[in-house]
Amino acid sequence: MKFGVVRFPGSCDEHDALLACRRFADAELLWHGERDLKGVDAVVIPGGFSYGDYLRVGAIARFSPVMEAVGEWAAAGGPVLGICNGFQVLCEAGLLPGALLVNAELRFLCRQVDVEVVNAETPFTSTCDPGERLSVPVKHTTGRYFAPELELDELERSGQVVLRYLPGQNPNGSRRDIAGVTNRAGNVLGLMPHPEHAVDALTGSTDGARIFESLASLTPA
Amino acid sequence: MPGCAAAAPDSRVRARVLIRPKQGILDAQGQTVERALPALGFEGVSNVRIGRLIELEVEDPARIREMCERLLANPLIEDYEVSLEER
Repeated sequence: MKFGVVRFPGSCDEHDALLACRRFADAELLWHGERDLKGVDAVVIPGGFSYGDYLRVGAIARFSPVMEAVGEWAAAGGPVLGICNGFQVLCEAGLLPGALLVNAELRFLCRQVDVEVVNAETPFTSTCDPGERLSVPVKHTTGRYFAPELELDELERSGQVVLRYLPGQNPNGSRRDIAGVTNRAGNVLGLMPHPEHAVDALTGSTDGARIFESLASLTPA
Repeated sequence: MPGCAAAAPDSRVRARVLIRPKQGILDAQGQTVERALPALGFEGVSNVRIGRLIELEVEDPARIREMCERLLANPLIEDYEVSLEER
């Protein structure tokens, strides 16, 4: 089992993601300018400020060569995890439903939040219990999840809402407290909290490791 | 000069694309500015919306709409208006 962690100009969390992946499997960096996914079994799009967040967050990164390959990989059912800026990139690329808007209170947020595992039957949450609470940090300015009401109904009905902020802990004004959603097929997950920053007791929580552990437990294709 | 004939600069059209958050989407920047204005004595201001303006020169203005749909705006959350100015 091998993870590939994409690095864009402006990425800043790729090393933490790499280290989190390596707790459970092999992992290597994938350069944004190359279409080659190097035979990895799961792709992680990390946090940061890809291409300076010019125009809109995630808007430019989606046109990079590596994202063409990631799009084909996702269409073929390969697992893709987008964290924070990675979530924004996947929404802009049309690989995930919805969009991320500037936080309701306009401020950059950096704090620990509790999220509930709403759907434990995904490749990303298979080692979690349904309803389990995970303590993970958020750190973003543009994390307010938005989708039209009818689409939100559909996302909930089809089990695509995987993670939700606990009541009273929604940090950014996300619709229906959504912290993480998948595509319809369930093989692409985007989330605003940073599980890669919660894998060592030194930083207060190891709950984020569950996401990487779940992916690592997949049988390689 | 060879290669320059196809795109004489004066054949271009100057365009402006105005992009705004869609109605119904909370415009956090607009609200903040709206709340700040009365503090400076500017009363009676409402519905402040903040977007962005993109100016560009194009050879084929018929393609601007597609540019908006695919890159300049995110149609899920933003509306856009295109205005052209002949030079």
